Amino acid sequence: MGSVTGLVGSALFPQGLWAADNYNYEELRKELTPLKAIAGYNNFYEFSTKKEEVAPLAQGFRTSPWSVKVGGHVSKPTTFDIDDIRKRFPQEERIYRLRCVEGWSMVIPWMGFPLASLLKLVEPTQKAKYVRFETLQDWKQMPGQKSSWYAWPYVEGLRLDEAMNDLAILATGLYGNPLLPQNGAPIRLVVPWKYGFKSIKSIVKIDLVGSMPNSLWMQAAPNEYGFYANVNPAVEHPRWSQSSERRIGEFFRRKTLPFNGYAEHVAQLYAGMDLRRNF
Amino acid sequence: MTWLKRNWLLILTHVGALVPLARLVWNFFHDQLTANPIQYITFQTGKSALILLILALACTPLNTLFGLRQVIGLRKSLGLYCFMYATLHFLTFVGLDYGFDPSLLKEAIFKKRYALVGFAAFLALLPLAITSTRGWMRRLGRNWKRLHRLIYLAALLAIVHFVWLVKSDIREPLAYGAVVVVLLALRFKAVRKALVNLRERFATRRRGYDRVAVPEDLN
Repeated sequence: MGSVTGLVGSALFPQGLWAADNYNYEELRKELTPLKAIAGYNNFYEFSTKKEEVAPLAQGFRTSPWSVKVGGHVSKPTTFDIDDIRKRFPQEERIYRLRCVEGWSMVIPWMGFPLASLLKLVEPTQKAKYVRFETLQDWKQMPGQKSSWYAWPYVEGLRLDEAMNDLAILATGLYGNPLLPQNGAPIRLVVPWKYGFKSIKSIVKIDLVGSMPNSLWMQAAPNEYGFYANVNPAVEHPRWSQSSERRIGEFFRRKTLPFNGYAEHVAQLYAGMDLRRNF
Repeated sequence: MTWLKRNWLLILTHVGALVPLARLVWNFFHDQLTANPIQYITFQTGKSALILLILALACTPLNTLFGLRQVIGLRKSLGLYCFMYATLHFLTFVGLDYGFDPSLLKEAIFKKRYALVGFAAFLALLPLAITSTRGWMRRLGRNWKRLHRLIYLAALLAIVHFVWLVKSDIREPLAYGAVVVVLLALRFKAVRKALVNLRERFATRRRGYDRVAVPEDLN
């Protein structure tokens, strides 16, 4: 099944084939997590804090019409329609590891495009230092947002240079199909070298800002979730093992890789930084 | 039939206590242990152990406050089933999850405070399970009761284990914690006395009203 969607993806999106060599996609293709697990085991607290309850609650989530408002410190603030995004930015396949902070991981064949190409289009100004992302807030559709335990809407952020890295993508599909609601339809961030919670789902707003955004998880537990949240087996978490992980579908634990295996592409972003402090 | 009538509560206890295990076995054979089966088994066995621990703790107050003497006979079974699930919980974590790998376990147990208190709760239950037989009761005499007060420690540790385990929303573990605190408070004579007094005062007042309403008293 993996190879079939892979062939389709490559035929439709030749860039994907080219990019494949850089990120070792052919190796990862052998490890793809089955769609059933990707579509049925979800951390998406806007719907439910129980992973198995997200998919049923997300059925019927309206992803059209949908627009993404891009603004802040940019020369050309733009509101993109989701159909427009799909047409304007060539979609390519990216097979990435996804490492959840809770100690489990998957390998997911995303369809998407580099975040950098969208950011370049709106022309960030000199003042722009960070990118701030926001999820839709609509408790009628997302019953989990009725809980006042978390500071909705979900907010995440990246430093501008992180956001411009080619690995950071906006995904609109997986396994060759449009994203399912439980996976963050219609458009989500994927930053594979960071813990999964950084990859914010169902994005409606992207702002270029001057100071470090305060994410929902930083507000909920600042001692546990830092702004950077790079996958790092050397930085312990009070609950979960970060030196090892369980790949969904496998019996034995794997060693967790620094930057989730993407060190050669992103480690230079953090040169000279104390990553224990900036966790 | 009379046997059934006399033992229905004990039968219910055995059946009810085995339902979570039966469900895990059923789900295993029907591929319904979720995408992360080991974590699912860990959660389910842990939750079952906690609920059974709370039920075992509830037996004594149910007897002293409400005179439900028959529940005292269930305490031992509830406690042993609690230990069974706690053992499964511990073995799932150590064996299935961490493959008995000492280097991984060193980090997983001794560097995580939630795991450490969970482990301590399990260790507190261990001697209670061992000395649950009549023979041990006889051999230990008055010390048996003293030893079995460890159950209170185990309950508190289990609650702390749960609170430290959840991500941010601690309402569920705190709800279990509130029940445990109430059940422990009922062990204190002062609390029990206050409750009995309250009940009696309530009863006298009602009796008082009754007396007022009795016609003879009006003469």
